[in-house]
Amino acid sequence: MSGSIIARITLPESAKKGEVVPVRVIVRHPMERAVDAPGLRPVPRRILHTLRVTYAGAEVFRMEMSPGIAANPYVEFTTVAVETGPMVFEWEEDGGAVYRREAQLVVA
Amino acid sequence: MSLHRRTVLVLPLAVAATGAAAQSAVQSAASENFAAAERAILAGRTPIAGGIEIDMPPLSENGNSVDLSIRVDSPMTEDDHVAAIHILSERNPFPRVARFALSPRAGRAEVATRIRLATTQTILVLAETSKGQVHRAGREVIVVLGACVDGG
Repeated sequence: MSGSIIARITLPESAKKGEVVPVRVIVRHPMERAVDAPGLRPVPRRILHTLRVTYAGAEVFRMEMSPGIAANPYVEFTTVAVETGPMVFEWEEDGGAVYRREAQLVVA
Repeated sequence: MSLHRRTVLVLPLAVAATGAAAQSAVQSAASENFAAAERAILAGRTPIAGGIEIDMPPLSENGNSVDLSIRVDSPMTEDDHVAAIHILSERNPFPRVARFALSPRAGRAEVATRIRLATTQTILVLAETSKGQVHRAGREVIVVLGACVDGG
């Protein structure tokens, strides 16, 4: 289910309960958008179309992406620190592959 | 008992149907133009101008990766929060660039990403609130070297 993908997830080292924390995520991916132009061999579209983030029992963020998102997609969002625990990141790719990564948020 | 069995049978179908609808919303964007995409999101609602701050360089040397950050004024409470933020492109092959789904757990209605721009154009941001309102803001961006799409 979860293949290999290189992702860098940046969270603060620790947060206070109730604090709004920034989350930065960058993942290595070509976001192949099936460019079809003269002189080019057509390549099938292969993008990450969804990023789903769950933390402390609920989905806290979701991003639906198109070929209009740059290669190596980057996203920054915020979440309220609730409890110490894993933040789970799941990317869905065209063709059905799902990549999963976790990052620990420490709440003091 | 039979009711329970029926519920169980219907459930996977319902999930599959909503999944397919979500998928097609993004994929059918290929055939849909910018104005149609905006109309589909508004769904008959009149947008409120403003309430959105867009940060994007006014001039971009390279359309392959353009920084874009969006902040929407919202208390982000259970009663009143931004539920969705849409990025629309006027002149890309796909008008729907991205959609972000947020909840009060976000704390702030702030997102940032990097987008591809085919050419000089207007970027439109629509923010849907939990109360059913839609905020709307646009920003013009000059692109010197477009992301190579359709020869653009």
